[in-house]
Amino acid sequence: MNALASRRRHPAAIALLLLLGLFVTGGAYAALAPKPAVAAEASSDQIQQGKQLFLQNCATCHGIGALGTDEGPSLAGVGAAAVDFQMGTGRMPMAGPGIQAPRNVPSFDAEKIAAIGAYIQSLAPGPAVPDAKYTSGEGGDPGKGGMIFRTNCSMCHNSAGAGGALTRGKYAPSLHNVDAKYIYEAMLTGPQSMPVFNDMNLSPEAKADVIAYLKTMHEEGNPGGMALGSLGPVSEGLVAWIFGLGILIGAAYWLGQKGA
Amino acid sequence: MSTADPIDSGRAADRLRAGDSRRPAPASGGSKSLGGVAGWVDDRLGPAKGVNYLMKKVFPDHWSFMLGEIAMYSMIICLLTGTFLTFWFVPSAGHTTYDGSYIPLQGVQMSEAYASSLDISFDIKGGLLIRQMHHWAALMFIVALSAHMLRVFFTGAFRKPRELNWIIGCILSMLALVEGFAGYSLPDDLLSGTGLRAAQGFILSAPVIGSYMAYGLFGGDFPGEAIIPRLYGVHILLLPAILIGLFTAHIVMVAVQKHTQYPGPGRTNDNVVGFPVMPVYAAKAGGFFFIVFGFTALLAAFVQINSIWVYGPYDPSAVTAGSQPDWYMGFADGALRLLPGWLEFNIFGHPLSLNVAIGALFLIPIMYGAMAAYPFIEAWVTGDKREHHLLDRPRNQPTRTALGVAALTFYGVLMFAAGNDLMAIKLHMSINDITYFFRAGVFILPVLAFWATRRICLSLQRSDRNMVLHGRESGRIVRTAEGKFFEAHEPLDEYTRWKLVGYERQAPLELTGGVDAHGVADRSSRGAKLRARLSQFYFGTHVDPVTPTELAAAHHDGHAHEAIEAAGESTHAGSHLTALSPADRGESSR
Amino acid sequence: MTTHEFPDADSAGVVRLDEGHHPGDGKMPAEFENPGLPPHVHRMADHDDAGAKRAERQVAGLFGLSMLGTIVAMVGYFAFSTEHRSWVPGLGHVSTTNLLLGIGIGLGLLGIGLGAVHWAKTLMPDEEVVEMRHPMRSSDEARAGFAEVMREGGEKSQLFRRPLLKLSLGGAMGLFSLPLLVQLLGSLGPLPRNNLDVTFWDGHPHEGEDGKQHRTFEHPRLVTDPEGIPIKAADVTIGSVYHVLPAGLLPNADGEGGLEHGQLEEKAKAAVLLMRLDPTEFQDTPGGKKAKEWGHDGIVAYSKICTHVGCPVGLYERTTHHLLCPCHQSTFDVTDDCKVIFGPAKRPLPQLKITVDDEGYLIAAQPFQEAVGPSFWERG
Repeated sequence: MNALASRRRHPAAIALLLLLGLFVTGGAYAALAPKPAVAAEASSDQIQQGKQLFLQNCATCHGIGALGTDEGPSLAGVGAAAVDFQMGTGRMPMAGPGIQAPRNVPSFDAEKIAAIGAYIQSLAPGPAVPDAKYTSGEGGDPGKGGMIFRTNCSMCHNSAGAGGALTRGKYAPSLHNVDAKYIYEAMLTGPQSMPVFNDMNLSPEAKADVIAYLKTMHEEGNPGGMALGSLGPVSEGLVAWIFGLGILIGAAYWLGQKGA
Repeated sequence: MSTADPIDSGRAADRLRAGDSRRPAPASGGSKSLGGVAGWVDDRLGPAKGVNYLMKKVFPDHWSFMLGEIAMYSMIICLLTGTFLTFWFVPSAGHTTYDGSYIPLQGVQMSEAYASSLDISFDIKGGLLIRQMHHWAALMFIVALSAHMLRVFFTGAFRKPRELNWIIGCILSMLALVEGFAGYSLPDDLLSGTGLRAAQGFILSAPVIGSYMAYGLFGGDFPGEAIIPRLYGVHILLLPAILIGLFTAHIVMVAVQKHTQYPGPGRTNDNVVGFPVMPVYAAKAGGFFFIVFGFTALLAAFVQINSIWVYGPYDPSAVTAGSQPDWYMGFADGALRLLPGWLEFNIFGHPLSLNVAIGALFLIPIMYGAMAAYPFIEAWVTGDKREHHLLDRPRNQPTRTALGVAALTFYGVLMFAAGNDLMAIKLHMSINDITYFFRAGVFILPVLAFWATRRICLSLQRSDRNMVLHGRESGRIVRTAEGKFFEAHEPLDEYTRWKLVGYERQAPLELTGGVDAHGVADRSSRGAKLRARLSQFYFGTHVDPVTPTELAAAHHDGHAHEAIEAAGESTHAGSHLTALSPADRGESSR
Repeated sequence: MTTHEFPDADSAGVVRLDEGHHPGDGKMPAEFENPGLPPHVHRMADHDDAGAKRAERQVAGLFGLSMLGTIVAMVGYFAFSTEHRSWVPGLGHVSTTNLLLGIGIGLGLLGIGLGAVHWAKTLMPDEEVVEMRHPMRSSDEARAGFAEVMREGGEKSQLFRRPLLKLSLGGAMGLFSLPLLVQLLGSLGPLPRNNLDVTFWDGHPHEGEDGKQHRTFEHPRLVTDPEGIPIKAADVTIGSVYHVLPAGLLPNADGEGGLEHGQLEEKAKAAVLLMRLDPTEFQDTPGGKKAKEWGHDGIVAYSKICTHVGCPVGLYERTTHHLLCPCHQSTFDVTDDCKVIFGPAKRPLPQLKITVDDEGYLIAAQPFQEAVGPSFWERG
């Protein structure tokens, strides 16, 4: 009988065993559980810079401590991902009052946006900017991504991602010519009317699949000819009436004219 | 015939055959001049006289008469391309996994119908072109038949003897809508499947029998596996057969009754002026077929339509923003968007969903019923029992034209309402506001359109009168010896003038008493009173054509034209009116 | 009475209409007369040989264009594969075969059409021809003849003399199509029974001993659509929306299980939307209170099938807590038990009462308490 086995009835043995079990399961979970797809961590210089920029440009509406005012919601917990999305797509700082912030030319460069993002992230943890491996479009399954897209996204953004109407003048914007990173962040943070698709709902792999789907759709192009904005039968009907009937009536008119 | 060898006429059987000829009939001068094939056919069927008659038939030449042709040719294109599609399309809702060349859908579960449509679009050379030609031709078919219907309405071509043809046309139009709906639902994609889902909802809303009808049509729960094959049978067999039969009757009637023509110099109610089928019309109409076909092919080459691969396969828990049916169902979809929810009532524990039924079940029959009945209504109001082969210029029938524009406006409001969400995103407006606007507009805009159109028609008529009386402005300024400046007007030549004056004077119907000699009210007087009131509504305000005397007066005395205008336009008030003279109501033609 | 005063045009050449009535002498016609066909305008090809030759060349050119089109179509068909794409300015990435075949066929047809029409316009006779009409009505003799034939035929058939014949014929004709109609209508589909009232949340459908369909409620878990992953209550954060189906409908995350038949049919009734609101956001109305109660900690589940005509109500506006149906814009307020606040729907979306099982996964506490989807007569 070896040394370990002979101490198996030691009173401390059960405590050690439990501790071992906890470490194993905890370690396994930490290793195997889905991780949020984060990019690099922020530095405190960056956070300081971010705070300065925030106070100069954002605090008027979002409050000094980013806790919100009547003009703008609290940013506690929105995370660097939300900041990157809103500012990277030019939606924030909001160009003018309105029911929805439209996409715009960004007012700040990537460095400054990252700084503000780091600051907001430091106030209260939230979703971080995603890792590039999920937003490159490589490695995702477009077939699966399409199924996810059609169930979760096309009712607002349209099957082709051309955008759609919401109530009272709000809208789901077009997804054309949008960086994959912003699409990921939008899903993750749920900007404005958009719901939040957290990583338990759509895992990072699922989000990568959606991005792969959108990328593949874009590459497939429009094999049949002009897509007319991918808006469906309405634009096709307009083409038939205006263009189709117009040209054929023109031909009929020419047919009936007296020759020269 | 009796130059044959005599048959032995001893036996009774042979006596029966005594008159048979043994030699073929000698070649006559006529049959020698006929070519090989034509002669062969004529020997067997004798169609020369009939074909002669058809080849010499005269058809008037106006572009607006070609609208029906565009529809007919588009239908033929649909038949041709549709037949091609049946060689590759699989009309089955059975499940399969896609393994074709379109990457975003690889590995996805879908129906065989959808998978075969994807194969046609991506893996069969030319398949996409044929599919797109089919769909564009279908759209053009209904566009052209609608435009044709409007032309027939606004020119009064539905009057006697063409009422039956108008009714056949209405039925054709209605069946074309169903045919199109069945057709675009066949690929079983997300967009058309959503339309089928809505259709099931419409049927469910029918009182009492709704759920039975829905389960009958779909063969069970929605979506079921029956609807695709059933729509296929309807789309490729049942409806095309009915459409071809009805449309053949439609054009045979046109040939028998001869085509109408616009009034003009040399054109009367008793003739047809135009070109004969051989050679001019054969070339023009035949050529136009190729033009329509070629244009459809070019459209299918350059403009994508119904990109089913973008929508994805049908899934009852998914939907795309901007879900609309094809344009010709838009008016029904718009009606459904505008009808408010409070129209669903609960009667004795059962829901009566008028918010759905009015738009989905009642709208089409009521609309088509009203259209089909119109020729008879107008004939009753005008009391006109003559044959009409000369068309009306729309301005010369202000009330009919205004009614047509009002109906078109009503239809147009409903159709545009179906695009309210697209309007919202493209024009940056609130979809709720757009919907409120259309809800009010559907009642207000047709009334406004009626009033405005009638005024415009009357103004155009007055402008025609002025043109006849005063001639065309020549642009030459003349200075008289006294120093007066005026612009010289060129009088119209008689041919142009005829176009402007060649229509009938209108007047409302008189009310013949209503009370007999003893003061007893006529039993039919209520109907007659309504008729007189409607007649007054139609013709109360009218502008008469210029008469030669008025023209002479205008030429001789420049100041008299005010008096002429005042006399030319008359408004009839009250029910005691002059009786229409026999000449106005009789058989005379111009 | 309207007064059209027709002055005498002979009186000294000056005519005024405000002078009162002048008796006419009948010299002026009451209306203008049809001037007849206008004189024919000659075309260049009619009298000019060069013009005719030019027209001929133009027509030939158009026919030649058609032949060229056919060649383009052939090249388009044989020279490229179906996968080949070309970038064309103004069109984008298009299928080369589609473009070339279409242009080729289009020009091939158009060339013939334009050529034929141009030929008719320039070289074929363009003098208008007049064909006389006859009244559509048959002559009186023909009408009388028809009436006579029918009357005689009717008499010879003895139909009117023999009422039994008439009656039995009427009976037979009236009834013969009935079996055909009955077969068609009766066999088209099954009776709805209670199918519209139950969903997959009530359980897996199976046939009982009485031949009817039965379902046993088994507190199914809520799983994501389309991946089939069960949902933990803790994973549903405020502002989330999950598209949900009952477990067992779809294959699970490992690809096992799922319905063999009838998957789409069950999906069409069982689709559910799951959202989480802050519990204080529910309205203080009976509906709002019940909505909170049937939810779990602010998580609520509602049927996704619109009560208007059945489209999936997928659009969740996170900030306003409104659900929008994209088909006809029915809008439902989640804070007030999905009451209809705009649009053509009448009834609110049915709510699914949910709770959590012992592992923290969301499950249905009970099946839907009313039929989902559009209204129908038996719904009550």
